[in-house]
Amino acid sequence: MIELTVNGTRHAIDADGDTPLLYALRDHLALNGAKFGCGLGQCGACTVIVDGKAIFSCVTPISVLAGRAIRTIEGLGTAERPSPLQRAFIDEQAAQCGYCIAGMIVRAQALLDANPSPSDAEIRRHMAPNLCRCGTHMRILRAIRRAAKKPERAIRPPRPRST
Amino acid sequence: MTRNPQSVARRAFLVRSGALVVTFSLAPLDALAQQQEGPKLPGSLDQAPRLAAWIRVGADGSVTVFTGKAELGQGIKTALIAVAAEELGVATGAIALVTADTRRTPNEAYTAGSHSMQDSGTASRAAAAQVRELLIARAAAKLDVPAGELRAQDGTVVARDGRNVGFGELAAQGYAEVRAQPVSKLRDPSTYRYVGKALARVDIPAKVTGGVAYVQDLRLPGMLHARVVCPPAYRARLVDADVANVARMPGVANVLRDGSVLGVIAAHEFEAIRAMLALATAARWETSPSLPQGDLSAAIRGLPSEEIVDAELHGDAAPAARSIDATYTRAYQMHGAIGPSCAVALLDDDTLTVWTHSQGVYPLRASIAEMLRMPAERVQCVHLEGSGCYGHNGADDVAAYAALFARSMPGHPIRLQWMREQEHACEPYGSAMIARHTGSVDGSGNIVDWNGESWSGTHSSRPGGAGNLMPAWYLASPFTQPRPKPIPLPEGGGDRNAIPIYTVPSLRVVHHFIPEMPVRVSALRSLGAYVNVFAIESFMDELAQAAGADPVAFRLRHLADRRARDVVSAAATRFGWEGFTARHGRGRGFAFARYKNLAAYCAVAVEVALEHETGRARVVRAAAAVDSGQAVDPDGIRNQIEGGIVQSTSWTLFEAVTFDATRITSVDWSTYPIARFADIPDRIDVDVIDRPGEPFLGTGEAAQGPAGAAIANAIANATGVRLRDVPLTRERIKAAVGV
Repeated sequence: MIELTVNGTRHAIDADGDTPLLYALRDHLALNGAKFGCGLGQCGACTVIVDGKAIFSCVTPISVLAGRAIRTIEGLGTAERPSPLQRAFIDEQAAQCGYCIAGMIVRAQALLDANPSPSDAEIRRHMAPNLCRCGTHMRILRAIRRAAKKPERAIRPPRPRST
Repeated sequence: MTRNPQSVARRAFLVRSGALVVTFSLAPLDALAQQQEGPKLPGSLDQAPRLAAWIRVGADGSVTVFTGKAELGQGIKTALIAVAAEELGVATGAIALVTADTRRTPNEAYTAGSHSMQDSGTASRAAAAQVRELLIARAAAKLDVPAGELRAQDGTVVARDGRNVGFGELAAQGYAEVRAQPVSKLRDPSTYRYVGKALARVDIPAKVTGGVAYVQDLRLPGMLHARVVCPPAYRARLVDADVANVARMPGVANVLRDGSVLGVIAAHEFEAIRAMLALATAARWETSPSLPQGDLSAAIRGLPSEEIVDAELHGDAAPAARSIDATYTRAYQMHGAIGPSCAVALLDDDTLTVWTHSQGVYPLRASIAEMLRMPAERVQCVHLEGSGCYGHNGADDVAAYAALFARSMPGHPIRLQWMREQEHACEPYGSAMIARHTGSVDGSGNIVDWNGESWSGTHSSRPGGAGNLMPAWYLASPFTQPRPKPIPLPEGGGDRNAIPIYTVPSLRVVHHFIPEMPVRVSALRSLGAYVNVFAIESFMDELAQAAGADPVAFRLRHLADRRARDVVSAAATRFGWEGFTARHGRGRGFAFARYKNLAAYCAVAVEVALEHETGRARVVRAAAAVDSGQAVDPDGIRNQIEGGIVQSTSWTLFEAVTFDATRITSVDWSTYPIARFADIPDRIDVDVIDRPGEPFLGTGEAAQGPAGAAIANAIANATGVRLRDVPLTRERIKAAVGV
């Protein structure tokens, strides 16, 4: 038994310590967000946050995760009450097949937690490990930008409204 | 040489404003014969003419729309709901949509070829309009009011005096046997509430919150996990497997061996993977080399082929002043879905149910039934979304594997997913192709003659039969792959878009269909159109250069179709073609095609930045214009075109399947790299030219060819060197520009 703390809740997982976190999440905890993409740490479909950092859950054994804070997309929000970043992905219609999108959102969340107003170059650099095959990249970038706090200098006074 | 009777390309020549326009026969001969029995019904209603097959209204007024097409991430659910809601006069939120399911929906064969709006959108729109009129007629009788004074609104039929009757009451007597009519009373596009407006995709909320969105997420009570050991080569025979020891591993419920089909079922997913790896490590295979080494193009040209004359036209023209002869090639390329293929299957009470992300649930059902030697009525295939599809990938094979495993353990739902290296190595690829074009311009810069030739393997080895299911090849009683047939024009396979759309006095287009390819090939998004458009649009730039003409002006000069001219002009304007200033390391490129010469029109302009030192090319920005006829979901169209440009950029710059003499060697994302965020343009602008009232024109594949050719043209513009072999890799660019 290995105890994992996922989205603030402790779970006892009955699996060998070398089991990758991805399978504990999907198979033992019935969480859908992290996806199997490659099992090789090459595509980022399985991305989750551990102690504030985005990691590949497909190559991280659960034996090293006891007592660490694991956050998955299910810990951000729900379809009824999406988080600001999830809301931004809906507003930008930032998905086609969407298989990569949960991993994209989780990786972007790790960036925004550490740096609430990243530059475009910082966003691209941070998102580099994650692959999208449908070519939704432009919308993914727009959604992250939309959710990011704008740097002070970029904030403009509201336009006067004619009533 | 044979002439394909179904692809008699030139059914008629029409003279229009002094230009010769080639028109094509649309239907095979047997279909023509059928049509003589009565007028054709709209879209897929022709195959499933009962209105109740498409639209059902419950006694409580609930509306359910049925489609044989599947959501592939292209947003088809959202668009189909919009067209049905529009015609019925109900809110989009009040409609439940049921997609491809052999128990419930019409048989619309495959969700492919950018056909969904043309086939299913047209059918459900017409069915919805006819159901609405049927309900209005019943309300007219009930209220004793002329039908013309009634309107359908929010699920009720309303009279001018405010009296109304709910759809549920009006539908209570049913309309099970009512057949669709050829002509529908469609709403005036100027009154649309949903069609053409900003629609929010119905599938996105679950996808961004970890909801149940994919067949990969299906969890049935008592479900077990299966993994297969795929043969290491196409020609492989399993000699020995360590079944006994693996059967004793933790969690293992069953080890299946049937001929060279080998795999394991376990309680937990990772237990199945561990057991599969143990099986794979100990398995002994006999393989034999079958894959060509060295020059791929030479190898392909050396294969036996059938010659098909796609177009032949001899007209008067001025003498040629300058001639070009150019050959373009593409390597085998893969779909490369981010999520490996997956299926869940359950054999219960002699009925097999397969949940699958196949593009064709009905053909898959027939194929699995044949493989298992079961009656088709006892097999049900239900579509659930998978990872992006882009054509015939591993979905059907994995569904067949899951069916075999489910048969070995009746009563237990079996979930089977391929591993990454299995998806990469086993999926059917887009065929490697060659296209040779020769042509001339006269002294005034007009094209006077054009000869096009293409060589390709098949672009459809879909099931259609157990022999096209990979696991069936390796069973103890195996099925062999049937000899593929060419897909006739006007759709075409390897010759899709092989006929230049431009006004040319003398034209000859020949396709060399290669029935047997050394690697497994089938439908990859746009089939041969990507290569043919890449070649034709590269060649147009080469001709323009020979004529000393601007590439956009040269295209416009040879385009008669007003809608084609409009997208070319719109993309050029959006890009700022006229005002573009040349600078070192930057180039601009333009390309246009009408997909299949009958679907959506799409023009793409790109700016490419080129590092001469490394050969790295990056698309800095792209501008596109698209005409999809009546635009149902304009943002959905933009999403498809943006995505198509990015995916085509990846194909064009990076992608090639690799192999040694025996096996595929591009088996993960390091050996088969695709575009990453660093390779993505700074911006992509897409203008949708809406054509209210015009037929829907398939859009999902329209950007693939134009984007690729625009990139090649931009690289030529930046460097002065023409690259003709896809992928246009760093190494090839560096070798060509000579730094």
